Amino acid sequence: MATSTKILDQKNFERTLIRLAHEILEKNKGAENLVLVGIRTRGEFLAKRIAKKINEIEHRDIRVGLLDITLYRDDLRENLSQPILRGTDIKFDVSGRDIILIDDVLFTGRTIRAALDELVDMGRPASIQLAVLIDRGHRELPIRADFVGKNIPTSVNEKVKVSMKEVDGEDGVNLIELTEGES
Amino acid sequence: MPLVSKHLLGLEGMPKNDIQTILDTATSFREVLERPIKKVPTLQGKTIVNLFFESSTRTRISFELAERRLSADVVNFSADASSVKKGETLKDTARNIEAMKIDMVVMRHAAPGSALFLSKVIDAVVINAGDGAHEHPTQALLDMYTIREKFGRLEGLKICIVGDISHSRVALSNIYGLKTMGAEVAVCGPSTLIPRNIEKLGVTVHHKIEDAMRWANILNVLRIQLERQDRVFLPSLQEYRKYFAVTKERLMRVRNDITIMHPGPINRDVELSADVADGEHSLILQQVLNGVAVRMAVLYLLGTRS
Amino acid sequence: MRVILKNLHLIDPAHGTDAVRDIQIVDGVIDKISDHITEAGEIEVIDFNGAVASPGFLDMHVHLREPGYEHKETIETGVQAAANGGFTAVCSMPNTNPTVDHEALVRWIIDQSRMLLHGMVDIYPIAAVTKGREGKELAPMLELAEAGAVGFSDDGAPIESAEIMRRALEYASMTSRPVIQHAEELSLTKGGVMNEGFVSTSLGMQPIPSIAEEIVIARDLKLSEYTSAPYHVAHVSTKGSVELIRAAKAKKIHVTCEVTPHHFSLTDEAVRTFDTNTKMNPPLRTKEDVEAVKEGLRDGTIDVIATDHAPHSYDEKQVEFLYAPFGIVGLETAIGLALTELFHTKILTLHQLIEKFSTNPRKILHLPAVKIAEGERANITIFDLDKEWTVDVEKFRSKSKNSPFHMKILKGKPVAVFNNGRLLISSL
Repeated sequence: MATSTKILDQKNFERTLIRLAHEILEKNKGAENLVLVGIRTRGEFLAKRIAKKINEIEHRDIRVGLLDITLYRDDLRENLSQPILRGTDIKFDVSGRDIILIDDVLFTGRTIRAALDELVDMGRPASIQLAVLIDRGHRELPIRADFVGKNIPTSVNEKVKVSMKEVDGEDGVNLIELTEGES
Repeated sequence: MPLVSKHLLGLEGMPKNDIQTILDTATSFREVLERPIKKVPTLQGKTIVNLFFESSTRTRISFELAERRLSADVVNFSADASSVKKGETLKDTARNIEAMKIDMVVMRHAAPGSALFLSKVIDAVVINAGDGAHEHPTQALLDMYTIREKFGRLEGLKICIVGDISHSRVALSNIYGLKTMGAEVAVCGPSTLIPRNIEKLGVTVHHKIEDAMRWANILNVLRIQLERQDRVFLPSLQEYRKYFAVTKERLMRVRNDITIMHPGPINRDVELSADVADGEHSLILQQVLNGVAVRMAVLYLLGTRS
Repeated sequence: MRVILKNLHLIDPAHGTDAVRDIQIVDGVIDKISDHITEAGEIEVIDFNGAVASPGFLDMHVHLREPGYEHKETIETGVQAAANGGFTAVCSMPNTNPTVDHEALVRWIIDQSRMLLHGMVDIYPIAAVTKGREGKELAPMLELAEAGAVGFSDDGAPIESAEIMRRALEYASMTSRPVIQHAEELSLTKGGVMNEGFVSTSLGMQPIPSIAEEIVIARDLKLSEYTSAPYHVAHVSTKGSVELIRAAKAKKIHVTCEVTPHHFSLTDEAVRTFDTNTKMNPPLRTKEDVEAVKEGLRDGTIDVIATDHAPHSYDEKQVEFLYAPFGIVGLETAIGLALTELFHTKILTLHQLIEKFSTNPRKILHLPAVKIAEGERANITIFDLDKEWTVDVEKFRSKSKNSPFHMKILKGKPVAVFNNGRLLISSL
């Protein structure tokens, strides 16, 4: 039996996104030259929502790209079950841009490592900053986020589940304790 | 969903889902081919051997590009300068290569069923790049991808394959793949070049190119070659051109907007006139580009399969 | 040597015998046949539990490969395979190296047969029609027949020229021995590897059309009619061929023919696996052809079942289908397939089966009929009608194992043979 604890409810989810948008703008002194790149799948929706918030604050359209890191994963050699490709969709040139990379949960850091390698193969960004909704610790690589929605200390047999209106029907973050054998 | 089979030997019997998966995956690789660095690290550390017993520059280059863009290590083996001349069997050649620890073999060979045979004698993944007149699955897959890219679908479309059907692996693989995906298929060519009982595959037969043009949305035109021994089947290229060539005047007389495809290399002004090959309805160059993407998709799906 | 073979279901169609008996054999001659023979003195007794005993089977189409191709089979292993499969006699085909177109070779083969396996299997050589089987000059048929050849064939190859076939028929008729034709119009089959039809189209394989066989038979029947000479068609495989022969027999043309067990057991669908053990010439045909061939056996159009036993070594067959040699072994699966596909399906009666395997081939080749009767030399094939067994090529005595029937379950199996004073129990 998996037990589930609510970490963020719908309202606080929204507030966290607003705060992240403000922090990004504060640190970068505005949205000039900024582009958002969301890591699929939930990073896509986070990026789009944050872009909307930035638009509401700065009255400025900010470009959003979507990154599929499957081809850059470091576990493909382990021949795990077939990862489906959703495709990368970045319609602008990444060279010279200040990229805000956006993902839902920062854990081991391997996903971000793959994303960095892929972005750098696509061009030469001026800078890359990382914004995550949840940082759950347990880094296996030297990766850190510039903007964090919420820090949650976790143990390895727990799972952080991020739900979003666009796919799951409602917004929220739950911490699920896994029993033996689940993953 | 991983593909059902460990190898890609042919499209006969391949489930619709698998064909769909390959085509969908190819879309992602098409995007990679538009980047400044057209390379992903996905198959790094994998060794792929291109075992080509029949010479074929374009297919081999297409596969080689696909393999290198996936960061795999590539070895090329061509039959001319090799042990085959010394009488070594396919089985021994393959086993020797496999003993050097390779992961995948892409093979082109003159004997139908040779890719199946290879898959039974070695452990590596086998991809059929053409086995005699039997199948050439990646060609048909890239043809289907190209059609889907232009029309948005395959179901209900009418494709006519024109040329020497009885010696064409491109025709047979296309027939199997297109029928599975719900397209309607016809063949057109001189009766000596249409194999017996082909209608049993669910295919209509035309002997007049004008009939084919009237019926089809898409013509897939095959290269026609004439070696000395083939004059039993066809008197001359002159005659073929006069009665079967896809030319601008024919198209203007019958139907102007048919999409034109060709697996290459084109015999200009034999099966296809130059202005049609280079014309606005020709998808020939897209086929070539899509070929690399489709082959990358196949290599990725089979190379990372658990 | 004295032996009693007990509880045999004796069937001798020529004599109307059909009963369970014991047979006592002394020094190779049938001493006594009776309901129940009690053993007396030094004598071996073997109980066969009701297995069928018939006049010995003769396979009139076997490639023994020696001299010249001993890596595929030798006369010794071939003869062992024959006995193991239930045959007491075989006809050897002349496409060896050198060709059997000289009487010395005919005599040598017959001598070998008397030495090997205690002479248990009689070999009746078939000699070539033309020198070197080249189709150009007639072989010395009178000499060959005198040396012991029972028929003439260029098998492996057809006799292409109508003129050569005409002269061969005329000349051979002086010996009263048949000319046996491998019917194939080569210009139609060039490069072909399997039957032309839906399957060959689906597999992109070069075709061998059925008409290539029929055209040659049609021509040869006219020649046989014109010359009144005996003509025998090897390995008939198509519906059209059966129809031609049926019509010719109705016109009393002197034609006989044979069919192989694989041609009444498998269709061209078997080739979809690209297993080189489904590659032979004539190739496996369609379901329609198989039905026609079975009907031909039933109504007597087809006289003989002969295996066309064609051994090829493992390495030779372990190649791409296109490059594999044509042919499969057949001696050790013939009886099993015939019982499974023809007897248990009620297409042929037991009597008819025995005619196809024993009576008819001897008649066609002018060999004395084999009788199971007191005073006759014992020449007996023993088989179990109902035993179910799985074919295991490793149990074959043939040097080669190129059979598509490995692991197939058959009903009916060869049990033993007795000939020239010796008994051999099958190892299958």
